[in-house]
Amino acid sequence: MDTNTAILASMLIPALAAVANLALREAPNIRDGTTLVAAILTFGCVLNILFNEGSGTTEPMVLFSVMPGLDLAFNVEPLGLLFAIIASGLWIITHLYGVGYMRGNNEDNHARFFCFFSIAISATLGIAFAANMFTLFLFYEALTLSTFPLVAHKGTDEARAGARVYLGILIGTSIGFLLVAVIWTWTLTGTLDFTKGGILAGHVAGPMVAVLLALYAFGIGKAALMPFHRWLPSAMVAPTPVSALLHAVAVVKAGVFTMLKVGIYIFGIDFLAETGASEWLMWLAAFSIVAASVVAMTMDNLKARLAYSTVSQLSYITLGMALATSMGVLGGGMHIAMHAMGKITLFMCAGSIYVAVHKTEISQMTGLGRIMPITFGAFLIGALSIIGLPPLGGSWSKWLLVMGAADTGQWVMIVVLMVSSLLNVVYLLSIVGRGFFLPNPDIPVGANSAEAGVLVWLPPVLTAIGCVVLFFYAGEIQTFLSPLVAEAGMNDGQ
Amino acid sequence: MATETVHHTALTLVDHLPALQILVPFIAAPLIVLIGSRRLAWPIAFASSAVSFIIAAVLLSSVLDGSVISYHMGGWAPPVGIEYRVDAANAFVLLLVSAISTVVLPYARTSIGKEVSARHHTLFYTAYLLCFSGLMGVAITGDAFNVFVFLEISSLSTYVLIAQGSERDKRALTASYDYLIMGTIGATFFVIGIGFLYMATGTLNMADLADRIADQGDSRTIRAAFAFIVVGIGLKVAMYPVHRWLPNAYCFAPSAITAFLAATATKVAVYVLLRFVFSVFQPAFLFEVNTLEFIILPFALIAMFACSFVAVFQSDFKMMLAFSSVAQIGYILLGIAFLNETGVTAAIIHLFNHGITKAALFMAVGAYVFSAGGSFYDTMRGLGRRMPLTSAAVVISGLSLIGVPGTAGFISKWVLVQGALEKGWWPVAILIVASSLLAVIYVWRVIEVLYLQKTPDDCEVREVPISMLVPMWILALACIWFGLNTDMTMSAAQAAAQGLLSGSAGMMGQ
Repeated sequence: MDTNTAILASMLIPALAAVANLALREAPNIRDGTTLVAAILTFGCVLNILFNEGSGTTEPMVLFSVMPGLDLAFNVEPLGLLFAIIASGLWIITHLYGVGYMRGNNEDNHARFFCFFSIAISATLGIAFAANMFTLFLFYEALTLSTFPLVAHKGTDEARAGARVYLGILIGTSIGFLLVAVIWTWTLTGTLDFTKGGILAGHVAGPMVAVLLALYAFGIGKAALMPFHRWLPSAMVAPTPVSALLHAVAVVKAGVFTMLKVGIYIFGIDFLAETGASEWLMWLAAFSIVAASVVAMTMDNLKARLAYSTVSQLSYITLGMALATSMGVLGGGMHIAMHAMGKITLFMCAGSIYVAVHKTEISQMTGLGRIMPITFGAFLIGALSIIGLPPLGGSWSKWLLVMGAADTGQWVMIVVLMVSSLLNVVYLLSIVGRGFFLPNPDIPVGANSAEAGVLVWLPPVLTAIGCVVLFFYAGEIQTFLSPLVAEAGMNDGQ
Repeated sequence: MATETVHHTALTLVDHLPALQILVPFIAAPLIVLIGSRRLAWPIAFASSAVSFIIAAVLLSSVLDGSVISYHMGGWAPPVGIEYRVDAANAFVLLLVSAISTVVLPYARTSIGKEVSARHHTLFYTAYLLCFSGLMGVAITGDAFNVFVFLEISSLSTYVLIAQGSERDKRALTASYDYLIMGTIGATFFVIGIGFLYMATGTLNMADLADRIADQGDSRTIRAAFAFIVVGIGLKVAMYPVHRWLPNAYCFAPSAITAFLAATATKVAVYVLLRFVFSVFQPAFLFEVNTLEFIILPFALIAMFACSFVAVFQSDFKMMLAFSSVAQIGYILLGIAFLNETGVTAAIIHLFNHGITKAALFMAVGAYVFSAGGSFYDTMRGLGRRMPLTSAAVVISGLSLIGVPGTAGFISKWVLVQGALEKGWWPVAILIVASSLLAVIYVWRVIEVLYLQKTPDDCEVREVPISMLVPMWILALACIWFGLNTDMTMSAAQAAAQGLLSGSAGMMGQ
């Protein structure tokens, strides 16, 4: 299959799976099987692209023009391909987990749930392969709208309120800021194509660069930069598979992915570095990192704590872009992969605990590690990866980010990253410690395992193994992403 | 660009299309009364509307290149005779009006069948066709006084049509009466303005007026004429703060009529405003520039916020949409106030995009009235499952109303914000997007009501018949189509904006 066909197929297959879910709503096994096949095929398409293109960048494939100069166009470049691989690969695992979770938990409306889930994946791949900011914006909004029914899934007052905040902030920021930024860019440059080295240099100068960057940074609400982070904790009312794939991987990573794309291809890293326009963003990201970690420590609800941890970790990636150095960008890009693998593990463990013993608060999880050793073991590995300890994937991206900070001489940022790691240790490992070591009088010594079905506990184990594997493949990922900054370096020389 | 002057001696049918555009529905209207058959009323109305639509499409395709068709009524050459003058701007409006009418009529057959008692049907379709031909006439004519005449034809029949809602809700009568008073004041102002112009220039033909005003320059009479015309047409446009007739009129009229009027009546009035502001008067007049920048622009902004805000707190879907209409007219006026090509393009494209969006939404309202007996949020609770197709159409056109990418509304907003940025008016650009966030709120309230609330247990609501669904879905899909493919709308709107902004030169087609 040639690359362009594969790009289209990777977006169409999930869309068709969505239709199939509605058509087959009366036959759960066939329906869920179909989605699984679709997920595998989608992943296959993305791998096919990887096989064809490697870390190359293809010419945009224009589907049609919406307005003169505004095309719906797709192409492949390393960052987008990495994002697509993560999203589609984890979709397979999350789908299995989702089937186990939804059935184990007796949730309603399975067909609707998996239908919108598939649409969300389709939109995510659209974001990953978008060749210009217009196409990206289109799929960005589609992703927001398609995940809304998932957040509101339970239909309770709480779910409705959470979904309202979710939609309000995401749509509000994207229309209020991002759209203005995009149209502004378009008026300035007459193009929105993602171009290596950026398109803005020479069209805008002085403080306006920082203003435009602010419109982008706050407009990309999915990156959960403070103070527009409230939607992420609100989204935790969704069933856990949604939190796992969408709110730890697809949606939030779409946010920071867009942030990186804007930094690399719209502004250009060199342009940012020259103008110093991103310095304030660096400080804000640093604040987000520490503040969200502190808030996470105060959360007793496990999913809320993980959500704040995500807010904090997303700002690592924003920080990487704001540092405006090649190491920072590489670290940010790699952190998309590393954090995705670690955080999805944590969320799936949270869901596994909920399905097995219906506990949501950390204070109720005392001693649970003894009856759920697999879940808590996977949680430990995921947590260590988020903290950034070897031999787990997370250590490398953090390493690169620290290198990036050192390159620019931003010593404060190194301190921030280190402090954040310490805070991670406190709020993540305390859960594992409580689970394994604190005694719980209700759980007798030698009690039987309480793990839920295999579809619930196996997926987190797989992703936990993934965290270990990523440690050994970090070099490949770095090489894979290096064209992003190699080009920027060439521009430097010119 | 060449003016193609058609004399009555050239007797091919194609040359008479501008006249037929109006005459077909205008003759069909009394024909319905004369035949007097209740069964034939609808087919005649539909056929004449469809023929009108085809004519409008032919006319638009022949003027898209920027040329102008000038047709002399009865062979009397202007400025003595009445001239019908078709250029990109009004051909686009003609197409919108006739297309909406042709889509609404099949819907009306079912919907009106339930809302208006059968003995009124013959006269109803007569009034409908009169209203339709009046609106078409306003758009096509090149004679200022003729605009007034057609405006009155459409207005008088509109009052009748709105009053037909009284069988469902007696308040339709007061709503219609309100509109009658306000509409008449507006028409009077307008005709006073025309009188002043005639006094100052001695002509009524628009192209001729434009020339003579240009020669004569600024004068107090012309300023007074400008003021009277802008206020008079402003009333018809439902320009804030003279918009109060609109919400009630839309809310209590029969559903099909609301769908038709929302997409056409105010839009035609906007066209008249554009025509007078840009073609007849000279956009270079300082007085006019000031009026646009210091009166129209602030009022447009207030409308966008105040009326969106009011829409948020409505508990009736139909009333909410009516207020949203006033707010959306604010966007159109804003585009006009930019006084640059992008702004006027935005105004014209929004006129079209908002027309199809609102028509689709009002048709959906009619569907809820038809099936559930009302459009209050209380009666619509949880109907997303019981009326899945209608509700899906609400979601699509609601997204277009918000201006989500991939829908028609997004295109208008894009061009409008671009116009503001080109002008360097940053705050206005921010205000445009900020007010569309209010649209998110009021649209989302409806979507939550439809999908996230529980229906009462004794709910027996069924999906509406296919004759209502098909027109609704044609428009809902049009919202997506024109959001992704803007070849037709953009080129027409751009050609129209260029023609309008070139002032009297545009009128001459040179």
